[in-house]
Amino acid sequence: MIEIALSRRLAHPAGVLHLRLEQHIDDGALVALFGPSGAGKTSLLRMLAGLHTPDAGRIVVDGVVWFDGAAGINLPPQRRSIGMVFQDYALFPNLSVRANVAYSAAAGAGKGVSADVAHWVDELLAMMQLGGLQHQLPATLSGGQRQRVALARAVARRPTLLLLDEPLAALDTALRLQLQDDLAQLHRQLGVKTVMVTHSIGEVFRLADRVWRLHDGEVGAAGTPAEVFLQPRLAGRLALRAQILSMQREEVVIIVSLLIGQEIVDIIAVDADVEGLQVGDTVLLSPRGFDAISSASRGPFTKA
Amino acid sequence: MSLDWQPLWLTVQLASLTTLLLLLIGIPLAYAIAYTRSRFKPLVETLVSMPLVLPPSVLGFYLLLAFSPQHAFGAWLEHGFHVQLAFSFAGLVLASVIFSLPFMVQPLQAGFQHLPLSLIEASRTLGKPDHVTLLRVLLPNMKGAVLTAVVLTFAHTVGEFGVVLMIGGNIPGVTRVASIAVYDQVESLQYASAHRYAAVLLLLSFATLLLVYVLNRRWRAVRP
Repeated sequence: MIEIALSRRLAHPAGVLHLRLEQHIDDGALVALFGPSGAGKTSLLRMLAGLHTPDAGRIVVDGVVWFDGAAGINLPPQRRSIGMVFQDYALFPNLSVRANVAYSAAAGAGKGVSADVAHWVDELLAMMQLGGLQHQLPATLSGGQRQRVALARAVARRPTLLLLDEPLAALDTALRLQLQDDLAQLHRQLGVKTVMVTHSIGEVFRLADRVWRLHDGEVGAAGTPAEVFLQPRLAGRLALRAQILSMQREEVVIIVSLLIGQEIVDIIAVDADVEGLQVGDTVLLSPRGFDAISSASRGPFTKA
Repeated sequence: MSLDWQPLWLTVQLASLTTLLLLLIGIPLAYAIAYTRSRFKPLVETLVSMPLVLPPSVLGFYLLLAFSPQHAFGAWLEHGFHVQLAFSFAGLVLASVIFSLPFMVQPLQAGFQHLPLSLIEASRTLGKPDHVTLLRVLLPNMKGAVLTAVVLTFAHTVGEFGVVLMIGGNIPGVTRVASIAVYDQVESLQYASAHRYAAVLLLLSFATLLLVYVLNRRWRAVRP
């Protein structure tokens, strides 16, 4: 188990961000760090890695103290049992796919590779479907392939804690889904405690056991993805968040064009429905039967 | 009329030794300057770059004073180690190391700063100590910068004149390098011989610089 209690003040575009966190990670869990840009997700990850130093707090991993502000203990990244996948992957351009993965698995300077290590590297390359690419340089790989190499390299030294900084952010949707499956499979097989920074709720539900929802440096909500994202909405009826793109008058009705997710939808409304609304507003859209022009007591829009 | 090759040979020896020593000094120094967050960084950068703007005669003058047995440093060397640096080859090497320092350090520093920081961080999170990161990750990915630094240092040492003249003088076989030989031949109106030394230096400089640009172009072509 990992116990984390951290605080750090960060320079931030909107003044000073006070990052505070007190959580734990159970064995084998995959925790998603979710929140808007600038909420402190990446900083938190880097503090776990030892790349940033917290102002105060403690990190205890399976009984080993990695950081203790009061006792002056701060293990450097090299002495923490971690694997990290960076946003830009940070593959070593001069080393082949295989050498990148073997780099951390081998002891010392990482040049001589024992039979055990070679076998483990083979296994990882096979698991990540990189066997055929093992002698290529990173520059010749596609984004998805680089991502797989970065993942294989991060787990190659069998870390206690795997840290993923938006690992799938740079990939297109189809590739993301594929790599989410790969990641889930890897996590199942190795059972390594994992913290993953993500912007995607879909990813959270697909991969994470628990989610910490970070807002302005604090964990606003923590729990299973369902507890964090679904509970507050149980009471409401179906409501879609939409942005008004345009409103055009056609005779007695108004055609309202709405952006819902990435789809544009046109809806017919009457004057009373759109009163007080203007282009650019975000509204909650609720269904009210088939006939949009009927004299229902409630309009389709609620200002969000 | 045959050319006395000794000054050219001496020049090559001086430049090679200087480059080798500076490579050993320059890599850790450039690494430290590139990654330090110390507030003394501008001071160190200034000191390293001073030989770029300082007249060689000024540097040579101070070195001459320092090397002189009449002053503390020179006396200490002479009495403690029986080493005399003024008007000796060892003195020339030491002066060249100081004089060519920025030509080694600046390209290396730029090379380090050009690499993404995440490469070092990745290597650290993979458990490797910094000297392994330096040798296996950083230097192999900045070959162009290393080559530029080595060749510029070598070429600049070949072209050195003022400092050598100040602290080395013109002792055949000891301190009379090619650039001094050109001056010496012109002084004694031996224009034909001066021409030969000058032409060899010209070709050497041209060839080394051409090598840098050709190799840099090739290495850049295979990188992303």
